[in-house]
Amino acid sequence: MPQGGRLPVVWFQAAGCTGCSMSLMNAQYPHLTHLLLDEVVPGKPIALAFHATLMGPTGEPALRVVNRLGQANQPYVLVVEGAIPTASGGSFGVMADHTLAERTEALAGSAFAVLAVGTCAAYGGIPSGSPNPTGARGVGSVLREGGVSAPVVNVPGCPPHPRWFVETLAFVLTRGLPTAEDLDSAGRLKGVFRGLIHENCPRRADFEAGRFARNFGEEGCLYELGCKGPYAEAPCPWHRWNGGVNWCIQANHPCLACCEPDFPDRVSPIFQKIEAERAKDTLRSELCARSS
Amino acid sequence: MRTILVDPVTRIEGHLKIELRVEDGKVHEAYSSGGLYRGIEEILSGRHPLDAQRITTRVCGVCPLAHSLASAYCLENAFGIGGEIPEAGQLLRNLIHGANFLHNHLLHFYHLSLLDYLDLSRLSGPLADLAGLLSSDGGEDTRFSQEETERLLDHYIQALEMRRKAHELEALFAGKMPHDMAIVPGGVTYKPGLAEVAAYRFRLRELRDFLKSVYWPDVLLFLERYRDHFQLGRTRNLLSYGGFPLGSSSAVLENRLFPAGVVEDGGYRPLVLEEITESVAGSWYSGTGGRPLESTLRPWPQAQGGYSWLKAPRYQGKAYEVGPAARVRMVLAKGEQRLQTWIRGMLRDLNISEEELSSVAGRHLARGIETLYLAQKLEEWLDSLDLSGLVARPFVIPDQAQGMGLTEAARGAVGHWIRIERKKIAHYQIISPTTWNASPRDEKGVPGPIEQALVGTPVPGEGRLFAGRVVRSFDPCLACAVH
Repeated sequence: MPQGGRLPVVWFQAAGCTGCSMSLMNAQYPHLTHLLLDEVVPGKPIALAFHATLMGPTGEPALRVVNRLGQANQPYVLVVEGAIPTASGGSFGVMADHTLAERTEALAGSAFAVLAVGTCAAYGGIPSGSPNPTGARGVGSVLREGGVSAPVVNVPGCPPHPRWFVETLAFVLTRGLPTAEDLDSAGRLKGVFRGLIHENCPRRADFEAGRFARNFGEEGCLYELGCKGPYAEAPCPWHRWNGGVNWCIQANHPCLACCEPDFPDRVSPIFQKIEAERAKDTLRSELCARSS
Repeated sequence: MRTILVDPVTRIEGHLKIELRVEDGKVHEAYSSGGLYRGIEEILSGRHPLDAQRITTRVCGVCPLAHSLASAYCLENAFGIGGEIPEAGQLLRNLIHGANFLHNHLLHFYHLSLLDYLDLSRLSGPLADLAGLLSSDGGEDTRFSQEETERLLDHYIQALEMRRKAHELEALFAGKMPHDMAIVPGGVTYKPGLAEVAAYRFRLRELRDFLKSVYWPDVLLFLERYRDHFQLGRTRNLLSYGGFPLGSSSAVLENRLFPAGVVEDGGYRPLVLEEITESVAGSWYSGTGGRPLESTLRPWPQAQGGYSWLKAPRYQGKAYEVGPAARVRMVLAKGEQRLQTWIRGMLRDLNISEEELSSVAGRHLARGIETLYLAQKLEEWLDSLDLSGLVARPFVIPDQAQGMGLTEAARGAVGHWIRIERKKIAHYQIISPTTWNASPRDEKGVPGPIEQALVGTPVPGEGRLFAGRVVRSFDPCLACAVH
């Protein structure tokens, strides 16, 4: 299936909701057809070889694509969407007689790079919420434990902004695998996930002046309604969403810190104000960790 | 008896396996199996009731809106405010939800289904590069010329952009997509400005132009070439909760654009909600099913007789198809006169009966009908939007309460149920469209709607082609179905 000279991309879905795929499909300049057909990075054409939501083949012929890639001794990029269920021998997630954990490990073993796309794939995300009934975990942690040495780059978000995916992919294509220097403590590219929402929020002036929204539908800083911007590191205030038409805080909804490890437990209750000290401590310790 | 396995079923949402038992060249028995359990209902237990809002939205990245709304309706019902949602809030929700229908139906027709009908082996030029990824079994029975195939594939690419614009429509009022943010119990968080309303209007017009001049002619061409598919993948029992409230109530099922009800053996009957139960005889669970708020189910991969993570929702003990065919049948029984007349005229022109709507071709037709109708309705709603008042109302979270929220996702009826104790979630249950459609057998051995629809399907060659068309005509979403 991979066309001559193109680096194959295998997009594998584990315990997720396809929201990350839907978000990638919202990419603009490059948009999805550019990603499929053009050279996103000059001289480094890619070819989507496997994506269960988009691909033509079904059943055995679809499976053959991934099985062949694993054996072909040819470099490819593995993208994983969704968490990996590990409880009960992995039996909460099975595709064609193999657990999602087994398939992820097999695919990662011969991948040139692994992109854990979305908070589920990066850190476990929604399915890992307490009591984590399926033992859902992020790809990096599962591979480490399984002794699979594969370079994992996290692109979290629930879902991630398409631009974060494109930037991370372009980084890997042009500069190769990121070094420890390039990544923050949460395994994301520092160049992409930079700056706290709270520090770059257009409503920061409302926070400083004490103009708070206290009920749904009110304008003002959303801190009192449970905004988690003080510990969410993401470029949403600059990139905004869906072609820049809007984003969570512009829509008067508190930030969920959906791109942070321990989402959703750390942000739950979602609409409860975070304690100032906790926010400050978290802020300080995380900034230290990330700048070191 | 020969067995054919289709695993994984691609071009749907999520992890689905279909097993076909074949006799005399036709499917004799079919088994539908969902391969993933995440446990979102368990994860909700013990949390703050409002957390249900943003967490259940994440049940599905394709139709998050349906869960967001069902969850809001459910909480409003439990808080005792479901009868009094500000009209602007209700309209904004409909405008967001309706745009998600357009998104889903475009995605389903062009990107998930169409490849089953195309032969991409003879493409040339830049399109040929797509053939590697997109070629399916469709070449075994394509009825489109080379020129038509190239045109349809070109529309496939245009539709990628159109579905992106539909997401922009949703995000304009909902914050972002997927995983909308603005829908909350009591209304919406966001009152858009006039610029946003205008941005919605002009994007909607672009979409409507595409729907009228490209999508609808493509649907009609498809129906003309695959007329025999009105006989493929048939079912008989249909159910809908109704969708798009027209007044200020999120709880009442009567006053909705798409009416609620059941249709079986040709007759319409009102929906009796107490008759909805779940069976787990064919599923990997322990405990008892029954009514959503009474179930005591725990996942149990070793369950005897289990072959799927889906439960089997039943209405009066029978399996019901949900989705666009069901909604159009309800409209024909109870809907707006103007819409009824339009649909009847269309069925007459195509020379098909109402019953034939629940078939492979009929489901595509039903989606086409509601896509065009909704695109027009959305502009009417936009015109009537009065943003001078509130878009959300306050509420108090009770110590103890129960609630139920029912709506329609693009792929069918979705219901959320909650029991609140000590201001926390004590029990949360979700029954999604694909839980109905792709359900396994129940304790009486009654197969689910997809399992029934597959019986009699021809299996030439390797046997996947027609079965795939039947399964995809339901637009399955497995992340919804199991959650």
